[in-house]
Amino acid sequence: MIANYGYKDGSGDFFISIDTDRCDGCGDCVEACPADIFEMVEDEFDIEAENDVAAVTSEHAKKLKYSCGPCKPASGFEKAELPCIRACGPDAIGHSW
Amino acid sequence: MAEVEKGAEYWRWTESRWTNPEMDWKDGEVVSAGVDVGSVSTQAAVMVDGKLYCYSSMRTGSNSPESANNAMKWALEGTGLTIDDLHATVGTGYGRVNVPFAAKAITEIACHARGGNFMYGPGVRTILDMGGQDCKAIHCDERGKVKAFLMNDKCAAGTGRGMEVFADLLGVHINDVGEMSLQVEEEPPPVSSTCVVFAKSEASGLLRQGWPKEKVLAAYCSAMAHRVVTLLERIGVEPEFAITGGIAKNPGVTNRLADELGVKLAKTDMDTQIAGALGAALFARALYLKKIKGKK
Repeated sequence: MIANYGYKDGSGDFFISIDTDRCDGCGDCVEACPADIFEMVEDEFDIEAENDVAAVTSEHAKKLKYSCGPCKPASGFEKAELPCIRACGPDAIGHSW
Repeated sequence: MAEVEKGAEYWRWTESRWTNPEMDWKDGEVVSAGVDVGSVSTQAAVMVDGKLYCYSSMRTGSNSPESANNAMKWALEGTGLTIDDLHATVGTGYGRVNVPFAAKAITEIACHARGGNFMYGPGVRTILDMGGQDCKAIHCDERGKVKAFLMNDKCAAGTGRGMEVFADLLGVHINDVGEMSLQVEEEPPPVSSTCVVFAKSEASGLLRQGWPKEKVLAAYCSAMAHRVVTLLERIGVEPEFAITGGIAKNPGVTNRLADELGVKLAKTDMDTQIAGALGAALFARALYLKKIKGKK
């Protein structure tokens, strides 16, 4: 399942997508993110799932533009070089902007 | 300016309850229930052996546990059932952890997918829940399992609460807003503000310019439809497409939405507001069956 966390407002689309079928529950993104936007949660959409999956905390989901700002191109990062995307082995994390 | 009757509550949508006259819960084996405590409305649905038996839909008060209790009591009124007779209950919605008699809380996204699948049939692939305080776009499979979702709960544009504000401003009852907005000969340009507060100021200005109420409503309904369409673009629309939640009852928004997307809306004869509670009741049934199977 693809979970989209974030929002759309007058200044653009700010969504982080997590592919829960790819996410193996390792938690490396939680460690890697300098803004602490990720957490590991029980997979609420699959009652049979054994491992936890990554999710964006509700605190950060409504301010992603600002939480993720320090890692964005304007701050000298390439999109593929984002700490969370680099940390994710199974390639489950995507950014819309 | 539009004439507004003093003390009238135009935003107050009709609360309702229903019992299936052709069913008797005593004949059934498993009685499962779902309670959807939303930000604006609370629904309780009771199913007997996977068929809808009764439900209620009412306003959420300031106290979530009390709202859940009241909705369930009202749903069970006159049926002879009590909360103790329910084999399993699942809570969902924004107040899901506050349902005192629920065995489990499940996210409303999963419940809307499951409930929408039950309500509109297994052919539904995209479900848009236009709730009181947020808007969710969900892709699901033929069993009602979520494949992708997107939720907007940061902004009130495109929500039922926004529509309530407009009903109040114009002095048109919320149940009539949709039909009235369709009574324009020519579609006016949509209001330009997406924010409910600024859209309301903009509408006041249009009224002052002498626009009739139906034209202002048309401008707001199409702005709301457009706003939701841009949100849907992110996850895409796969037919069949269905809308749940309170706004699904507003043809002023749903017709414009379908036109803009170029799709046909799936139809149902059930109350679209109970989709979440219905999904929760279906989950409750599945969990209960799993539990007794494990015991055998």
